[in-house]
Amino acid sequence: MAYIKIPTPLRQYTGNQAEVAIRGATVDEALRDLVARYPALAPHLYEGDDLRSFVNIFLGDEDIRFLQDLATPLSEDARLRIIPAIAGGMSF
Amino acid sequence: MVVIPERIDPASVVLSHDEIRRYSRHLILPEVGVEGQKRLKAASVLLIGTGGLGSPLALYLAAAGVGRIGLVDYDVVDESNLQRQVIHGTRDVGRSKLDSAAETIADLNPFVAIDRYNVPLSSANALDILSGYDVIVDGTDNFPTRYLVNDACVLLGKPNVYGSVFRFEGQVSVFYAREGPCYRCLFPAPPPPGLVPSCADGGVLGVLPGTIGTLQATEAIKLITGIGQPLIGRLLLYDALEMSFETIKLRKNPACPICGLNPTVTELIDYEAFCGVPAHDRSTFSSEGAPVRAITVDEVKARLDAGDNLLILDVREPQEWAISAIPGTLRIPKGEVLARLDELPTDHDIVVHCRTGIRSADVIRVLQERGYTRLYNMAGGINAWARRIDPTLPVY
Ligand SMILES: [Zn+2]
Repeated sequence: MAYIKIPTPLRQYTGNQAEVAIRGATVDEALRDLVARYPALAPHLYEGDDLRSFVNIFLGDEDIRFLQDLATPLSEDARLRIIPAIAGGMSF
Repeated sequence: MVVIPERIDPASVVLSHDEIRRYSRHLILPEVGVEGQKRLKAASVLLIGTGGLGSPLALYLAAAGVGRIGLVDYDVVDESNLQRQVIHGTRDVGRSKLDSAAETIADLNPFVAIDRYNVPLSSANALDILSGYDVIVDGTDNFPTRYLVNDACVLLGKPNVYGSVFRFEGQVSVFYAREGPCYRCLFPAPPPPGLVPSCADGGVLGVLPGTIGTLQATEAIKLITGIGQPLIGRLLLYDALEMSFETIKLRKNPACPICGLNPTVTELIDYEAFCGVPAHDRSTFSSEGAPVRAITVDEVKARLDAGDNLLILDVREPQEWAISAIPGTLRIPKGEVLARLDELPTDHDIVVHCRTGIRSADVIRVLQERGYTRLYNMAGGINAWARRIDPTLPVY
C-alpha cells in the first residue's frame, strides 16, 4: 500500500481522512485508485481523463514532474501528497 | 549565504546609543552583530495586508529594527479580526487598520519609519508601490492579489516572502525568480473558482497566522542580514494538528509563464479576470457564475407567515448550525447536497441559504444543472435573517 496525504481543502471528499492508503505500481495507478475509492474527489483532480494542470503531486519531497511524472514507480510504502493552492483568509 | 537586496548599504546608517541599547540582544549575536543590525536599519520591507499574517509580521519586523516598513491595507478593524490580528485591539474596532497598525508599531519601536498605502493593491499601482522596497512580504488572503504580488516581484526582481493559511494548515516559501522558482512555477494558474474550496471553510485557528507570519518575518530578516539558508526553492508545509513541519523541493519551471524561458506574461494583467474571483470586497468584479433568483428574508418570512409550504435548505456546515439556525429547515452541508438529492423535491419551491448567500448560490447553480427550477437564494443568508427577522440570533 502507498499512502497519500490529503490537504485540508480536499478532506471533505475523503470522509475527513488526512491520509489514505491506496494501491498502484505507479503514481497514475495510485491516483486512479484514490478517485475510485472517493469519487467526489475526481472532479478536483481530473479534467476528463487528464490530471488537472494546477494539481501538484509530490512523492516524498519531489514534484513528480521532475521524476517520471505519472509513470513514476511507487514502492510499497511510498508517501504521496497533493499540494493545494491555498489563498488563505476568510471570506463569504 | 544569500544576501539578497544588494542595494541595502549598512555603511549608510549609524546606530545611536539608544538603538544600541534596544538591539543589544541582536548585537551580541555573532551572526547579526552591528553589521547585521545596520543592514536591518538600512532595509525597507513592504507588507501587503495588515491582517492575520501581517500582524505578527509588522510587530516582529518593527521590533527587530527594520528601518522602513510599508503597509498596504484599505480595510477597517472588525471585531471578528481580533481572534488573530493581534496588532489591533478592541479599542481599534472601526478604525482604519493602517492607522491602528501604525500606532502600535510607533509605540513598539519609534525608530521605524512607516509608509501607509490606504488602497487595494492593483495592477495599476503595484509596480509603483513595490519598487520602493527591498523585500516584499505577501500577507494577502486571495488568489488575484497573490498572482499580482508574484508577477510584480518577478518583473521588478524582488524577493517575495510568501505565506498562506487554511484552517490548521500553512505554507511558507521565498519566491525569488533571480535565484529560484516563483509562485507560478508551482501554480501556473489558479484553480477555477468552482473548485476553490469555498470558505465556510474560511475558518482559521487564530494562532495559525501567528505561526506562519512569524516564519515569514524570520525569512525576511534572514534575507536582509544574509544569514542562514532562505526558503528559496523550498516550500514549508505546516500542519498545526499534527504539529509537523515538512519541506518539499520546488524547482524553477522552464515553462513558467512569467519567469520561464519564453515568458508569455511580460506585464501585469487583470488578475480578477485571470482568477475568476474578486480580489477584495470593494471590487466591482463579478464572476461569470450564472445569476440565480434571489428572495429577501422579508419575503421568506411573509410566505412562511402566510402558511406557504416553503422548503428552506440550509447548506452550511454542522458547526455553523450550532451558532444560529432557522427552525424547521432541512440541513445538508454544501458538499453533501449532490449525494442527497433524493431529499430535495423538484416540484416544490426551495429557498436555499448559507451564512451570507455565496455558498447557497453555488448550490443553486449545481442543482439547476440537475433540472431543478424552483430555487431561490436567500439574500444575505442567515446573517440577514438575524438582523431583520430574528434578532435573538447572533450575527457571525
Ligand atoms: Zn516562475
